[in-house]
Amino acid sequence: MQLSMFFQHLANAVSLGSLYALVAIGYTMVYGILRLINFAHGDLLMVAAYIVYYGRGMFHLPWPVSIVLAVALTSGTGIIVERAAYRPLRNSPRTTILISAIGVSFLVENLGLVVFGGRPQSFPLPAMFDSGSAKEIAGVRVENITFVIPAVTLLLLLALLHIVHRTKVGMAMRAVARDFDTAGLMGIDVNRIIAVTFAIGSALAAVGGIMWAMKFPQINPLMGMMPGMKCFIAAVFGGIGNILGAVIGGFLLGVAEIMIVAFLPSISGYRDAFAFVILIGTLLLRPTGLLGEKVAEKV
Amino acid sequence: MILEVREMRMQFGGLLAVDRLNLALKQGELVGLIGPNGAGKTTVFNVITGVYAPTRGTITLEGKDITGMRPDLITRMGIARTFQNIRLFSRMSVIENVLVSLHWRLRSGVFDAILQTRKYRDEEAEMRAKAMDLLARVNLDSVADLPAGSLPYGSQRRLEICRALATEPKVLLLDEPAAGMNPAESIELMKFIQKIRDEFGLTILLIEHQMRVVMGISERIVVLDHGVVIAEGTPREVSRNPRVIEAYLGVEQHA
Repeated sequence: MQLSMFFQHLANAVSLGSLYALVAIGYTMVYGILRLINFAHGDLLMVAAYIVYYGRGMFHLPWPVSIVLAVALTSGTGIIVERAAYRPLRNSPRTTILISAIGVSFLVENLGLVVFGGRPQSFPLPAMFDSGSAKEIAGVRVENITFVIPAVTLLLLLALLHIVHRTKVGMAMRAVARDFDTAGLMGIDVNRIIAVTFAIGSALAAVGGIMWAMKFPQINPLMGMMPGMKCFIAAVFGGIGNILGAVIGGFLLGVAEIMIVAFLPSISGYRDAFAFVILIGTLLLRPTGLLGEKVAEKV
Repeated sequence: MILEVREMRMQFGGLLAVDRLNLALKQGELVGLIGPNGAGKTTVFNVITGVYAPTRGTITLEGKDITGMRPDLITRMGIARTFQNIRLFSRMSVIENVLVSLHWRLRSGVFDAILQTRKYRDEEAEMRAKAMDLLARVNLDSVADLPAGSLPYGSQRRLEICRALATEPKVLLLDEPAAGMNPAESIELMKFIQKIRDEFGLTILLIEHQMRVVMGISERIVVLDHGVVIAEGTPREVSRNPRVIEAYLGVEQHA
């Protein structure tokens, strides 16, 4: 393989890995606090992408406005999902709430099919990201979005770590994640903290979804399914419940996926299956994931 | 009466954990709630603090009905507690455990925190000072930045009490604070409890499994057995009550 090709793949790998990382954070945050895999999380990518699509196409909103709107509305969607489908089941067995999460995922996907139609739409791109904007660096053609994705991800990650470790809300989040009942007895409004967690996770998914649509500019109501599954796997791989673990897991998964396609083109058809092999391997060999540690059952 | 429980019943399916409980605490009182294992003592705490809503009966704090309110709101109204099995946020630092309890008083929001506004930084500094002050009063200021889980057992007990004090309670519920302590440590702890009661102007309800431990400091003792109150009175009265001796001390004497 030529060196320039390798760098091309590397750039792709880094940006895909960053996308996975961003979305995986949402899975891990919700798991950390509720011990729940929020299967509807991946579908929020789709919700955000369509909001931008309609914001641009139908209402001709400027880019920044449609992006902010999409992030805000997707965040709201996350809060509503928690309120409507998870909170009433909070004291039920964990399987019940898990099934509810799967139900929400199907509901969102099928609502998408009904409201947006099943036909894939081409996502509008801002001028700075369209195909003419690609840069040639040392013989490698790299699109602008490839640089933007890791930068945005890094920025959001730093902001998130700041919130979690340096602010009162973050402290409350950590307390609730550790022990819900005790946190409540210390005067923390547990419901509010859970809502904030969903809002933050969903906002990150929204940004991920918009960047996903810019990188792969064809959107359809089921577009969130596969990335959602992979990011869930990334979160498990990295050690679910751990934010840095999710980031590392997502990053490694993205890089590995691209590199497999690059170096073993003959099996590139199994690209999507690769993530699931990682999942099975993780569960067999190190169920707590890379950075995970044994957590006590929450009762 | 600062805290009043009337005709409280707590039923879990077919299990009647507590029945017809009446309890009234006067301002500044230190009352012991004792009884054999499984008598329903911790259930009483869980109902008062809102973890469970009672099947029947009412709970009032300073005349206000708090029956079935959410735990965080009850805490904000002035009831704090500790746990029989220590439930600190063990991976957070000692000072963070105290800050968590101060948390709900803050007025600045998430955005103030992200933008590091002046209001936020002032409040933050004030809260840290307050937390340090509380830690100093329970002799834990020197370990403020260590993980709570790394402290020795006795210190963890004191930290749990300190964390409860940070919510600025009027009534403090202590669930077997002397559990796992030897007699000398227990006596020291009881002195400590009396001290904070006086310093913070608290009313204390104290669960204890061993009667001897609370005898010395309680003004009044309520004895619970199989979910019902079988005796109430001064430590002297209670210890001479034949029903108590039968249900509780009698067993211990044979043991």
